[in-house]
Amino acid sequence: MNRRAVFSITGKLLEATAVILLLPMLVSIIYKESSFLSFLITSVISFIVGFILRRLNKTENNVIYAKEGFLIVALAWLSMSLIGALPFYISGEIPSYIDAFFETASGFTTTGASCLTNLEELSHGILFWRSFTHWIGGMGVLVFIIAFVSNESDRSIHILRAEMPGPTVGKLVPRARDTSKVLYIIYIGITLLEIILLLIGKMPLFDSIVHAFGTAGTGGFGIKSDSIASYSPYCQWVIACFMFIFGINFNLFYLLLIKRFKAVLKSTELWVYTSIVIISTLFVFLDLRINIGNIVGSVSDTARAAFFQVNTIISTTGYATSDFNSWPSFSKGILLILSFIGACAGSTAGGLKISRLIILVKLVSKEIRQMVHPRAVATIKFEGKEVSSNTQKSVATYFAVYIMCMASIFLLLALLEPFDFESLFTAVVACFNNVGPGFGIVGPTGSYAGFCDASKIILSIAMLLGRLEIFPILIAFIPSTWKKR
Amino acid sequence: MKIIIFGCGKVGLSIVQSLSSEGHDVMVVDKEPKVVEDATNIYDVMGICGNGVDSNVMNEAGIADTELFIAVSGSDELNMLSCFLARKMGAKHTIARIRTPEYNDESLGFMKQHLDLSLTLNPEQMAAHEIYNVLRFPSAAKVESFSGRNLEIIELHLKSDSELVGKSLSDFRRDRSEKFLICYVLREDEVYIPGGNFVLREGDKIGVTASPGEILKLLKNLGMAQKPAKNVIILGASMTAYYLAKRLIDQGATVKIIDKDPEKCKIFASSLPEAVIIMGDGMHQEILLEEGIEHTDAFISLTGSDEENVLCSFFVAGNTHATVVTKVNKPELVSTAERLGLECIISHTQTVTDSISRYARALHNSMGCNVETLYKLMDGKAEILEFKVISEFGFSDVPLKELTLKKNVLIAGIIRGKKPIIPTGADSIKIGDRVVIIAAGQTINDLSDIVDRKESK
Repeated sequence: MNRRAVFSITGKLLEATAVILLLPMLVSIIYKESSFLSFLITSVISFIVGFILRRLNKTENNVIYAKEGFLIVALAWLSMSLIGALPFYISGEIPSYIDAFFETASGFTTTGASCLTNLEELSHGILFWRSFTHWIGGMGVLVFIIAFVSNESDRSIHILRAEMPGPTVGKLVPRARDTSKVLYIIYIGITLLEIILLLIGKMPLFDSIVHAFGTAGTGGFGIKSDSIASYSPYCQWVIACFMFIFGINFNLFYLLLIKRFKAVLKSTELWVYTSIVIISTLFVFLDLRINIGNIVGSVSDTARAAFFQVNTIISTTGYATSDFNSWPSFSKGILLILSFIGACAGSTAGGLKISRLIILVKLVSKEIRQMVHPRAVATIKFEGKEVSSNTQKSVATYFAVYIMCMASIFLLLALLEPFDFESLFTAVVACFNNVGPGFGIVGPTGSYAGFCDASKIILSIAMLLGRLEIFPILIAFIPSTWKKR
Repeated sequence: MKIIIFGCGKVGLSIVQSLSSEGHDVMVVDKEPKVVEDATNIYDVMGICGNGVDSNVMNEAGIADTELFIAVSGSDELNMLSCFLARKMGAKHTIARIRTPEYNDESLGFMKQHLDLSLTLNPEQMAAHEIYNVLRFPSAAKVESFSGRNLEIIELHLKSDSELVGKSLSDFRRDRSEKFLICYVLREDEVYIPGGNFVLREGDKIGVTASPGEILKLLKNLGMAQKPAKNVIILGASMTAYYLAKRLIDQGATVKIIDKDPEKCKIFASSLPEAVIIMGDGMHQEILLEEGIEHTDAFISLTGSDEENVLCSFFVAGNTHATVVTKVNKPELVSTAERLGLECIISHTQTVTDSISRYARALHNSMGCNVETLYKLMDGKAEILEFKVISEFGFSDVPLKELTLKKNVLIAGIIRGKKPIIPTGADSIKIGDRVVIIAAGQTINDLSDIVDRKESK
């Protein structure tokens, strides 16, 4: 186990975090707020810690394998969350460090679950940092490092694979560094597009930037306590559409860029994703109209509410324009199921991922066929390519671990908290799948403030487990990983 | 440069490593998914599992804007066909590995032309050529020649009784009349470009540049000269053995080939009538002794198994005075073989990879210098290049003592017309010359790269 390389890269990451922190500091200065000091202090701390880690772990041997990739991702995200919480804590705007850690973890993992109740009182710098963590965490911090900072890319594929979500991660172009750069360029481009469209809708600049960050990372931190509800219908449509867009596999955007349109149309995942969104929106729309038509308003209001909420949940963003907590059970059920499914692999969204869902469904049908016809030989194909038995196994295993983790976390939480089943269950689902809001007390008008410190820590870990797709964190906590080899 | 490599066996993988470390965008195509996975895990390249003759796969690999397509799969026919297809689909240059003798005779030129191949590689023939070179100077571990054999570099391993051990380079040079230059020293795992004060130690491997005549003189005066091998025993009736035997027989040497496969022996017996073909297992020391290894001038192990080659050579080296040449393809085994005392090790993969690197480097060049030859030392830690100066490269006609070269770069020789020049400070590089450069730890793409621009005027 190449410990030195692992710690050295983590150190480099913390140094990069120090630089990233200068941006919210700049925002604080622009708005003449005192919180800029807390960013400065945190930046210095981050740089020192990162620098020490790197000096202590200088090594010529930078050969890393899959194991080191996982550990780097786990350590990097944990340490970033711990340090990223400091500005909140030092500035006093989030008095409890555990709360600050929860909020930061929620930021980087693009969950968007908040334990704050006083959003309107926070300074611009702090709010900016909160949303910026979404943007950075969405595409991935290590992807950023590989794209712009790292100089050797021979083994970076292991880090890329560990951080990017999906059953299999491939490159867009031969060199890992170029792949990361392309991803970030596409990411920056679409974010800018959203900011411009929001500005056109007369949303103030700060709001536009912050909400674009939240949409791009599919995070969901807002700056108003009613999330997006008070913004204009145009802005709501824009945000809804971009939430959908950011749930699409970024490989497809690259294919569009290089004009391979046919390949994009052949993407089964994209078709399934779009169909699920359309069908869910339709069902929710009908349900709302029939059952609570008088409350939600006109037909266009209902359509907008249905479309927005479906997209926010399936992309695991978590913005809200209606209090879907008070919706009829059928719609709530659809939203809950969408929380599990998530959006496409290779996007910034959370959840199980649609490609895994497709493979699981095909696995099940193959199993059933084989039970009926034991001698038959069948293979599974996904998007024209055969799915190797290794991949089949790993998808099935992931699903099993996914369920087991959520169940255990739920039981732990139920021991600690006196809340009702609906709230606890959806809290776990929402955090693990990086959605943000659930039902009950953690609904769109509620928050996670009522949870005790221990629960907040457990939920933060759940968020990290979900975003990093479980195994990096699990592997980091097994002692045998750390043995020399 | 965008490069596609079809076929990721031993040779393919070695090429992948070499080209991706030089910064090219490499795409690997192979029909075994495991092979592709391994390549993409270890090197910074992309891979597609598929057949190089399938146009869908080629499209996916991006053949349309590929600069260089290299086919090194196991089948000559697949290689030729995929190169042909690649060219038609837009690749600018193609390289195919063609091993079978039938394709490598007079029909090669015809095929090259009609299949539009930029370069064909015959690793076995190239290896045979290398071994033949070594047999000309039996005390050398390696012999590399540059254009037209006017200048050569031979690698000598310094044993404890060698005159050079303990001397510095300037001391050794002082009273000698032969015109030569010691241009590199391999010690432990490092490559050194030695200055005058460098002191040689036992176990060092030194590279000496000189014309063939001067090399012979030097070796004779050092007591290291041996006559070229007249009696050669080859173990393993492989393709390389065939090419080598032919060459040796043409030069008048006696060749004995030992192999345990009766079919192969029959084929060789009919195609090499002047050679003596023995059917037997070379691993049985009795057979080797019986066939006279104690009196032979050279023993070459060319079986298909690296391990067998190493073991047989070890036995022969320990029991006779013959020059022993061993074929070891797996890079991991090379250092083990060297530790066992085997000095002269030939690797197909290394020869092919060097050729392809040279070709890729030459394609990359835009200025007026062509890379004519390229050899890599110690897994790429250093390289020896021969540039032909076609037009003004910025420093022609400047006396060498006024040029500040980059650290770890040395001009090992200049070939003007047919005359080799061992450069002194007063010499200069003129247009039309061929210049041999040694560079450690860096890639020289163009002749002007050797000069340290910050220091030179």
